[in-house]
Amino acid sequence: MTTTTAERVLGARERPTSPWQLALRRLLRHRSGLVGGGIILFLLFVALFAPLLAPYDPNDVLLGKEEGIRRRQKPCIYLLGCPKDQPQHIMGLDGNARDVFSRVIYGTRVSLFVGFTTVTVAILAGTVLGAVAGYVGGWVDNLIMRFMDVLLAFPALLLAIAIVTVLGRGLQNALLAIAIVSTPVYARVVRASVLSVKEREFVLAARALGASHLLILVKHILPNSLPPLIVQATLGIATAILDAAALSFLGLGAQPPTAEWGSMLGEERNQVFTAPHLVFFPGLAIMITVLAFNLLGDALRDALDPRLHQE
Amino acid sequence: MTQYIVRRLLLSVPVIFGILFVTFALARIIPGDPCKAILGEKATQEVCERFYREHGLDRPIYEQFVAYVRDFFRGDLGDSLRYGRPVLVIIIERLPVTIELSLAALFIAIMVGIPLGLISAIRQNSAIDLFTMFLANIGVSMPVYWLGLLLAYTFALLLKGTPLWLPPAGRLSAALTATPFYEVWGWTVEPETVRFYVYNFFSNMYILNSILTREWDVLKDALRHLILPAGALSTIPMAIIARMTRSSMLEVLRQDYIRAARAKGLRTPVVILKHAFRNALIPVVTIIGLQVGLLFSGAVLTETIFSFAGVGSMLYEAITARDYPVVQGFTVIIAIIYVFANLAVDILYVFIDPRIRLE
Repeated sequence: MTTTTAERVLGARERPTSPWQLALRRLLRHRSGLVGGGIILFLLFVALFAPLLAPYDPNDVLLGKEEGIRRRQKPCIYLLGCPKDQPQHIMGLDGNARDVFSRVIYGTRVSLFVGFTTVTVAILAGTVLGAVAGYVGGWVDNLIMRFMDVLLAFPALLLAIAIVTVLGRGLQNALLAIAIVSTPVYARVVRASVLSVKEREFVLAARALGASHLLILVKHILPNSLPPLIVQATLGIATAILDAAALSFLGLGAQPPTAEWGSMLGEERNQVFTAPHLVFFPGLAIMITVLAFNLLGDALRDALDPRLHQE
Repeated sequence: MTQYIVRRLLLSVPVIFGILFVTFALARIIPGDPCKAILGEKATQEVCERFYREHGLDRPIYEQFVAYVRDFFRGDLGDSLRYGRPVLVIIIERLPVTIELSLAALFIAIMVGIPLGLISAIRQNSAIDLFTMFLANIGVSMPVYWLGLLLAYTFALLLKGTPLWLPPAGRLSAALTATPFYEVWGWTVEPETVRFYVYNFFSNMYILNSILTREWDVLKDALRHLILPAGALSTIPMAIIARMTRSSMLEVLRQDYIRAARAKGLRTPVVILKHAFRNALIPVVTIIGLQVGLLFSGAVLTETIFSFAGVGSMLYEAITARDYPVVQGFTVIIAIIYVFANLAVDILYVFIDPRIRLE
């Protein structure tokens, strides 16, 4: 087999690669990003196999079913010297004598669901609004973006609180509220990238060839907003999980008996001095999850932003 | 300069109208019959009709909005359903507590965050840099109410009996009271006048009030009560400020004029503090301004944990009691404070960065 001079000089591994491959390569070298990604994979695994991993049903009240237990019992771990005649509850029991470990495991499902759904809804809404604003321009652009500015003028969590108070408490309304308050960010990102490419030659060429506006938007313009959107979405999942947990903590989000980390914390916050484990574990779970998405988001920004790699 | 400030002021007018529009719309999307949602399912037709008339809900929607805006500029935010008192008065009573807490938190965040960011940037990739940035990542990922509870547990329970013990709730110990400064100074003021509210606004900030009245034991006690909530509230802003200071400093330290300053033989502290830091400060100031919104959101959670009688815990009570006018009034006021905080930041730029004046 013959090889060209260029191939010999560059070597097989240094053949020109797509920006996405380059980004992936940079991401795989990003240590904290890998840690974040690893934690997220682990959390997805936990959420998926929750019924197999959790020793108890999350809503199972164990009082009367097990010998020698009481409400808000401290963690009992055999490895750490807990007597074998007691049932093992590695994160203890809550105020309703439910196994906290099982509830924390099932809580992973709720939090990941919250993170992914709110961000998906917000991205869809933000993309449509931002794309229309940027592509159509004029008064449409002005109207949409000024409204987005107004939404951004509110502290996000407060606006979410106000929306849920009005719509009524519950996880679904909390999701909707968080999606609404996070939409403007995506609209801005998409609009900015639409504006940056809409006058470029390849778009004009597509128009000259008779492509419809929708086709141009979807096929030629929107792919350009993908990198910033991916970064924003990853960081957005972290914020959404944190905000949803805060709403649940305030009693506005997930309602009992749903095993949700924020509401687990909220229900037992007055017991912090007598049963600190009830506060410690759900909060730790929130922190680790949010941290993982933040780490991955930062790494994606480093990997996808070509400006950072010019040197 | 004046022109710039005036232009920025004018630009915030439509935003304020937008805020009013959104909060007005919010109150109109209460599902079902607003009368029954607010007064309860048992409200009769007659009671509801009177309710509609009193609140102008029988008028066309645009008239309702005009009335809402007019009332707002007159300072009428409606009455609390729970207390039957004007929402504005309740907010004025509670706001100083939140302002004091937020300022204390911001102070801690700036005083710790900026030096941490500076050290991280100067010693880039060193152990201290990695450790600081690890802490900053943890800081932005931590639920503030969780940290608050952990701090309360540690300082109020585990450290009980040591000099490090701190109170977990309230603003003053039961044995102490803060005498309003105007009473100590012998000023008389008629209750429920504007002057009364203004005086009380300031005297309700215990730190400021105890300095004015020279009640040092009250000052010390109020500070001890403030440390935990302010510390909890400061973590996220602190982490954000440290990260921004670091990246902004790194950017500036690569510039040619820094190399020039070094080449001139200036000592490192002079180069860093006088040449680099001032230029690195601009994005840091922006990010500090943006923290105001975060502080108020965080205050809702922190005040609830530490039984602080500020607007945050008031909002929590209002949510629980479905006291819509209070939630609505609070949201408007905080959003407007947020707008003005950002405006203040924009104006502050002119002083930090004289180049902006030329635009």
